[in-house]
Amino acid sequence: MASDSLPLPGSIALTPSQEGSKAWLETVHEWVITVDHKRLGLMYIGYALLFLVIGGTEATLMRIQLAHPQATFLSPQVFNRMFTMHGTTMIFFVAMPIVFGFGNYLVPLMIGARDMAFPRLNAFSFWMTVFGGLLLYFSFVGGDGLYGAGSAPDVGWFAYAPLTATAFSRGHSTDYWALALLVSGIGSIGAGVNFIATILSMRCQGMALGKMPLLAWMNLVMAFLVLFALGPLTAAQIMLMIDRYLGGHFFDTQAGGSAVIWMHFFWIFGHPEVYVLVIPAFAFVSEIIPVFSRKAMFGYPAMVAATVGIAFVSLSVWAHHMFTVGMPSYGNAFFVLTTMVVGIPTGIKIFNWLGTMWGGKIRFAVPMMFCIAFLFQFLIAGLTGIMLATAPFDWQLSASYFVVAHFHYVIVGGILFALFGAFYYWFPKMTGRMLDETLGKWHFWLFLIGFHLTFDFMHVPGLLGMPRRIYTYEPGRGWDIWNLICTIGVFFQIAGVLVFVFNMIRSYYRGTPAGSDPWDAWTLEWSTSSPPPAYNFAKVPVVRSRRPLWDLKHPEDPDWKYE
Amino acid sequence: MQSRGQKLESSPKRQPAWQVAAALLYAAATALAGPGNGSASPTSVFAPGSTPAHSIYDISIFVLEISAAIFVVVAGLLAYAVVKFRQRRSDDETEPSQVYGSNQIEMAWTVIPVLIVVVLFLSTAQVIHRVEDARRPPGAIDVTVVGHQFWWEYRYPQFGFTSANELHVPVSNASDAMPTFLTLLSADTDHSFWVPRLAGKTDLIPNRTNKTWVNPEQPGLYLGQCSQYCGTQHALMLLRVYVQPREEFDRWVREQQQPATLDPSVAEGRRVFETTACINCHTVRGTVADGRFGPDLTHLMSRETLASGIISNNAANLRLWIHDPDAIKPGSLMPAMNLSDPELDQVTAYLLTLH
Repeated sequence: MASDSLPLPGSIALTPSQEGSKAWLETVHEWVITVDHKRLGLMYIGYALLFLVIGGTEATLMRIQLAHPQATFLSPQVFNRMFTMHGTTMIFFVAMPIVFGFGNYLVPLMIGARDMAFPRLNAFSFWMTVFGGLLLYFSFVGGDGLYGAGSAPDVGWFAYAPLTATAFSRGHSTDYWALALLVSGIGSIGAGVNFIATILSMRCQGMALGKMPLLAWMNLVMAFLVLFALGPLTAAQIMLMIDRYLGGHFFDTQAGGSAVIWMHFFWIFGHPEVYVLVIPAFAFVSEIIPVFSRKAMFGYPAMVAATVGIAFVSLSVWAHHMFTVGMPSYGNAFFVLTTMVVGIPTGIKIFNWLGTMWGGKIRFAVPMMFCIAFLFQFLIAGLTGIMLATAPFDWQLSASYFVVAHFHYVIVGGILFALFGAFYYWFPKMTGRMLDETLGKWHFWLFLIGFHLTFDFMHVPGLLGMPRRIYTYEPGRGWDIWNLICTIGVFFQIAGVLVFVFNMIRSYYRGTPAGSDPWDAWTLEWSTSSPPPAYNFAKVPVVRSRRPLWDLKHPEDPDWKYE
Repeated sequence: MQSRGQKLESSPKRQPAWQVAAALLYAAATALAGPGNGSASPTSVFAPGSTPAHSIYDISIFVLEISAAIFVVVAGLLAYAVVKFRQRRSDDETEPSQVYGSNQIEMAWTVIPVLIVVVLFLSTAQVIHRVEDARRPPGAIDVTVVGHQFWWEYRYPQFGFTSANELHVPVSNASDAMPTFLTLLSADTDHSFWVPRLAGKTDLIPNRTNKTWVNPEQPGLYLGQCSQYCGTQHALMLLRVYVQPREEFDRWVREQQQPATLDPSVAEGRRVFETTACINCHTVRGTVADGRFGPDLTHLMSRETLASGIISNNAANLRLWIHDPDAIKPGSLMPAMNLSDPELDQVTAYLLTLH
């Protein structure tokens, strides 16, 4: 080990002491006006965690209502608002901000840059996202309009026309929904542009594209997908507003508009969106697994190619969300094929992660445990994805609880587990203190048990004919016991998250000091102090391989000899 | 159809891993499924009773088997790696040997998934074609299904009548095929017609005509419900399909074709019905009531349930429904008409005569 040569000479010594007492207002002001990618990244993450709690609360309310048949805990009106707000919140105000947050924090550090390419655009994007979330939640106050038509939106997170037309959605709740997505969408596009510019033009000396960490590659691909996906969504929101306020008839079926065209617009956004979220999760896993297996990533070029391949193909699969809308048989067959083809690069990724673990010396620290669970759950999510890609099977399963179970397997079992792994892995870098491993293991096991109780058993009622988005159901359909188990699982998940939150707060104040490189890792972010100074690197690093810190620690056997 | 099923089921026998996994899935499926074995759920997708549902079932089992095989292999490799390559206490501090990749291995785990995709795609395309492009035989029954917030309208254009919420179709067996072809329309928002044991779901979309078909082999009651979110009461928009032997179906059709019974003893109730807003929305054939927004009530009492299948159709429930629909189905679009108690009794008595 050559860790005494870390941090890189000159990177910390120049850091001015930031100690000293500031008025809290001054501190708040500093954070509000900041253009530092690290502070913006942390704010994205904090903002997303806040909404995670809100969205989770909404889910909990729904699960309580569904625990028993014919329950009266929530009225149908409230239940419909809850699932609309839960979906919209989790996708647009939890998942996207949190992956943007990690990307913001990590990408410049990992490519040896001092900030994002456009720091002020970065701040603008973040604050647009914030305003989007506030607009969505302001609907609880202002959604009634003058109509007494009920508060928050209740049109479902994909808001199929013509439910969003003024005839079926009076008041302003749908307007808040559309505006929230419009505004946060502008923020997302700004973030996408920024990631692309940063990664293409801000890399340190020696870091050719082929020597970038996989996290940077995957964030680059994610950013391109954001540009492709958010455009149609934004366009659709504008058309919807024209329909609602300027007498347009894009989606107004009563005046000859098309309900199906909304579906196309939404899912041309909606499917690449899945990859916008899951590719950063792949990125975390691709950084964590090598470090904790003590091996270089197996098949780096194949991983990059598979990522780009997934992104390309994902632009042509959207109508697999629409197998039941009566497309002709050849149309359905086309989307079956494209959807199944996504399985090939995805399979390559899973095998490459396994190949990385193969022959390694696996350390079971908490980040790695989350990544192993990710692999297992993502495998199952992929397989249920193949089932849903089989259009005839989808004619049964579409819009049933099987689909709900499937995409929660992707988003919770895949993306959220990878994110938890990322928290345990990079929290030391962000705060300078380790998260507690024992509490981390409690978090892991509680959440794992809760996740499997809820989402494994949620597949079953779908196979037994239970549609999604129903606020109640009658006994005698064979759904009762499965729903009860799902609800019980939720409380394990809540317990896990509470342990996690407690762990973060406690470790922030009392955790073991981390030092600059607590995991004995290989990428550039570990070469600077924890937390890094505002300018990241006093001396911009020069790299010769994909693992610059490996080269530094193993001068007798550096990577650049083999790449 | 049959030959396909046999072909698919024979393939696992050659591979022990497949066989184990398939057996497990079969066990799980039968435990969860169908009327044949213990009737755990009347809406299980694993208890098909009509050709489209059978075709879907066959391809589903095929996909489940392939998925199970992939799962066993990959999860097995993962478990092996986790156990075998964990860091041991006895390990020295050296790093394991660094391997950067292998083109041969990458090629192998690219080609195998490609082959699986080809097989899956071709099998799937075949089923899509068979179900979606099925020809309508000359003797088929036509029904036009119109989705409303939050109930179903059934029109029988060949027989010239309209009914609601309880769909009747004839049995169709191999020797005497009489499938029912459904034309799917919507009066307002999106809905979806899903009776899992008869066919996969197809959406009802305003401004668009969709089709589906069923040919149930056994008489009986088949349940389902709307499966595309359509507004407040999406949850209580239930589907009931009565599959009847041919003679019984023909008798039902003849009864439905009759105009409404006019019973002089309930003239007072009929007067209340026809002089309030009831007739803006409801039709009673043979009277002045010809509204189209709500269910046709000409033969209301031939139906077993009210409010789209959520309560049984009896005098008490009917009276409560007329008095305050929201008490039974909050968000229902039928308004409470604020009738007095005697008027309620009279209207209920009138409706009870509409056999």
